[in-house]
Amino acid sequence: MAETVVSVDERAVGETHLRHHFATPAQQTDAATLGMWTFLITEVLFFGGMFAAYAVYRNMYLDAFASTSEYMNVVLGGTNTAVLICSSLTMVLAVRAAQLSNRRHTILFLILTMIFGTAFLVIKGFEYYSKWVEHLVPGPYFHYAIPQFQQHAQILFFLYFCMTGMHALHMIVGLGLLTFLLTQTYRRVFSATYFAPMEMIGLYWHFVDIVWIFLFPLLYLIGHRK
Amino acid sequence: MSAKADVHVHIPKVRTLVLVWLALICLTGMTTGVSYVDLGWMNIVVALLIAVFKASLVAWIFMGVRHTTSLTKLFVVAGLVWLGIMILITCSDYSTRNWTYQAQPWATNPAAGTSR
Repeated sequence: MAETVVSVDERAVGETHLRHHFATPAQQTDAATLGMWTFLITEVLFFGGMFAAYAVYRNMYLDAFASTSEYMNVVLGGTNTAVLICSSLTMVLAVRAAQLSNRRHTILFLILTMIFGTAFLVIKGFEYYSKWVEHLVPGPYFHYAIPQFQQHAQILFFLYFCMTGMHALHMIVGLGLLTFLLTQTYRRVFSATYFAPMEMIGLYWHFVDIVWIFLFPLLYLIGHRK
Repeated sequence: MSAKADVHVHIPKVRTLVLVWLALICLTGMTTGVSYVDLGWMNIVVALLIAVFKASLVAWIFMGVRHTTSLTKLFVVAGLVWLGIMILITCSDYSTRNWTYQAQPWATNPAAGTSR
């Protein structure tokens, strides 16, 4: 991969993507980055509410929560963590390729990111299916092997489906955004002077990865040693 | 005005990105492994510390916070402070709800000699 910035077609430079209310492209990029981070902070607080609920109920029902780890599939959960980390790497490589206006590599890494994202959702689907079969979905058919934890373990599984469900929804949105990036790249919309959507959607994708980085130990690993 | 001259782009080195990826994978293995070791109440602390470190790596390198403006960095930190406030105050509320007023003898016992 070329280490130097590819020289830009002069017509592309002339046809600038600088909006009239910004003085320089750098200012425009800084504004976009700040705006994206502001959105991501609202997302942090949105997921934070569920993490706060988790913290409260875990402290209330420590033993019941710890006992649920036996019903979580650590292998699938760990694999999914690795898959998401790989997708973050390919995402950042796609942004880098776009910065270097390497269209072929951008497309390659975007497709790889989408493959990893889809793999995550498929693995998650298998996990949800086994929870359904094992009567671990909260509701009238919820059945827990340890009778005294029937109620309190259900709270954890409720939180589990809320948190991983919202996370999976964010992944699905992310896959839609990646499809958008892929078509835009295919149509040669991006250049070495214009790739802001790549960077911003990249930030979103990494944020979703960070949420999972916290979900994995809290949902899968807490009970091995409480 | 040439737009090209004004674009300041920080293009990360592939080596840096791959090293961060490797570190994240290793830390995932580490957090899984350490969860099987009995550290008492420290288990959750270690798990969260590793998660915070992983998240910081992703934010600092992959999300490029290191190259953003001070204002953006301030926003990121402010967001985390608000998250901390939310979780801390929620937990302090719930953890103190069962605190009942313990009647003290000197306050309630009429035999103790307090008279109006």
